[in-house]
Amino acid sequence: MPRSKSSSAAPKLPDAAGHFGVYGGRYVSETLMPALIELERAYRRLRREPGFRRELASWLRDYANRPTPLYFAQHLSRRLGGARIYLKREDLLHTGAHKINNTIGQALLARRLKKTRLIAETGAGQHGVATATVAALFGMRCEIFMDAMNEALRDWIATVRDTFYVIGSVAGPHPYPLMVREFQAVIGEEARRQVLRACGRLPDACIACVGGGSNALGLFHAFRRDRRVELIGVEAAGRGLETGAHAASLAAGQVGVLHGSKSYLLQDETGQIRNAHSISAGLDYPGVGPEHAWLRDSGRATYVTVTDDEAVEGLRFLTSTEGIIPALESAHAVAHAIRLAPRLDRRQILLVNLSGRGDKDMGTVADYLGVKLT
Amino acid sequence: MSRIAETFAALRARGQVALVPYFTAGDPDLPTTRDLVRAALAEGADAIELGVPFSDPMADGPVLQRSAARALAAGMTLPRVLELVAKLRSESTQPIVLFGYYNPFFRYGVERIAADAAAAGADGFLCVDLPPEEAGDLRAAARGAGLDLIALLAPTTPMARVRTIARVASGFLYFVSVLGVTGARAELPRELPALVRRARAVTHLPLGVGFGVGRPEQAAWIAGFADAVIVGSALARLVEEGEREAPARVASFLGGLRRAIGAAAAARTA
Repeated sequence: MPRSKSSSAAPKLPDAAGHFGVYGGRYVSETLMPALIELERAYRRLRREPGFRRELASWLRDYANRPTPLYFAQHLSRRLGGARIYLKREDLLHTGAHKINNTIGQALLARRLKKTRLIAETGAGQHGVATATVAALFGMRCEIFMDAMNEALRDWIATVRDTFYVIGSVAGPHPYPLMVREFQAVIGEEARRQVLRACGRLPDACIACVGGGSNALGLFHAFRRDRRVELIGVEAAGRGLETGAHAASLAAGQVGVLHGSKSYLLQDETGQIRNAHSISAGLDYPGVGPEHAWLRDSGRATYVTVTDDEAVEGLRFLTSTEGIIPALESAHAVAHAIRLAPRLDRRQILLVNLSGRGDKDMGTVADYLGVKLT
Repeated sequence: MSRIAETFAALRARGQVALVPYFTAGDPDLPTTRDLVRAALAEGADAIELGVPFSDPMADGPVLQRSAARALAAGMTLPRVLELVAKLRSESTQPIVLFGYYNPFFRYGVERIAADAAAAGADGFLCVDLPPEEAGDLRAAARGAGLDLIALLAPTTPMARVRTIARVASGFLYFVSVLGVTGARAELPRELPALVRRARAVTHLPLGVGFGVGRPEQAAWIAGFADAVIVGSALARLVEEGEREAPARVASFLGGLRRAIGAAAAARTA
């Protein structure tokens, strides 16, 4: 397995203006700039405040169900006959996906900023559910937009004085990519301890799906200085990269500016954004978080793609061997592990982020396979 | 002095306030946009904002979203917008500002768009999603090509930030009148004159007010405290409803605004 070439003297990113190298930044209407600057200041203060950290940790433990288990998928591993596959079980969190880690954090922040209403965009619905859940928990009004980010941003321009925009991925304007990464970093912090305890060593690779990329950064961040641990992001190749019907911004996009930051985008040669496609609604986004663009350029992380077909097969295989139904998003990461494991030997370890559970996808999968649910 | 600065200086000398209509280039097609701009100039428009359509117009309300979608469906691209600018420049000396979202400009190339826009006869850029912090490249390229990069101020912009923005801006400052996306409003915020005057205290740049303007009374009110009245969605709605009669309807609407602005400006200086 190739080893990464990252430098141990990696710069502290993002910089003060939210840049990861040339990526990231803050590209929004002037109306929103003061709110983002205020949010950044508040966040930089609170992230170090012991009271805030204790409060966050206690909600994550008592309400969201952290820590989540690290599970050795022994039947899956045995069937593949290669590396041992460990699953970080974010699917066991309240609301069924990793999204709640971030929405609790942002809702606590919103409360400190005296905002009384939360808005969010949602693709697969997981982030929308996780946001509505914390709004109910903390007694805030809430509105969810079933659209990427345009409608949520339009609402926010008009309501910024009393509304907090809960962005669900490591995308959007600074400080969201930083903030969401830090709220999700608990995934990797736990998993790193757990895998050391279970195996006495670090994994050979961490594998996670990438739409915007929050569960991937959440897993990767704790391993960023472990140079022997390969970090692999899995993008959705949809019906195949060659068909154009995919969501692989890093594999097949170009640099551009959308939804508040500079990163790789699916776009045409004149800078118009192209529609993404993936069987997994959560990966169906034409952009990717700016830190992923930087991680790829730096060589610290690699990015591969998995098609709709492979993801559905991954879902089926994990379900039938372990009785665990992954979300279609997470099934992309599982599918890559299935591809990789047989090429490795039993001493090697693959750590897969099982970012969400797949109950929500049963209708989609049945349709895809031509199965009639009665 | 840039063409934009000259235009405002001349208006100020006459005690007048600019009328600046916005048209999405290519809505519903390029020849119609050309007719619309001609009609606007004939009715006394002092400068033109030409919208470069974008697939994801995050700061626009439904009317300008539909307008951009029509233009894109008609095959509008930045090179074709530049062709239109060149045609308009051959028949008018009024300033033309390219108004849009950053990505199409970025993708075209910041140096290249500045050079090509200047060659076509455009006078400046305004990017809705490019705050001054990220605008360094385009500002330098624009300046190098003799073009202005128009900056935006919002009702939420604190005073210290108004100062910072005014220091690096050129041409004029675009004051966003309302908290929200583009689109005509029944009411404009009462505190608008105070906000504009507050900004005026720290800059010599002309201050234009846009977003939400849909009626002659509103234009007249704004002319009482600003240097330009900018109108967009109300025109896009006329284009949407008017089809072939759109240029005539736009002309009649802008004529009404022009008279209202003229009277209000005259009353202000009297």
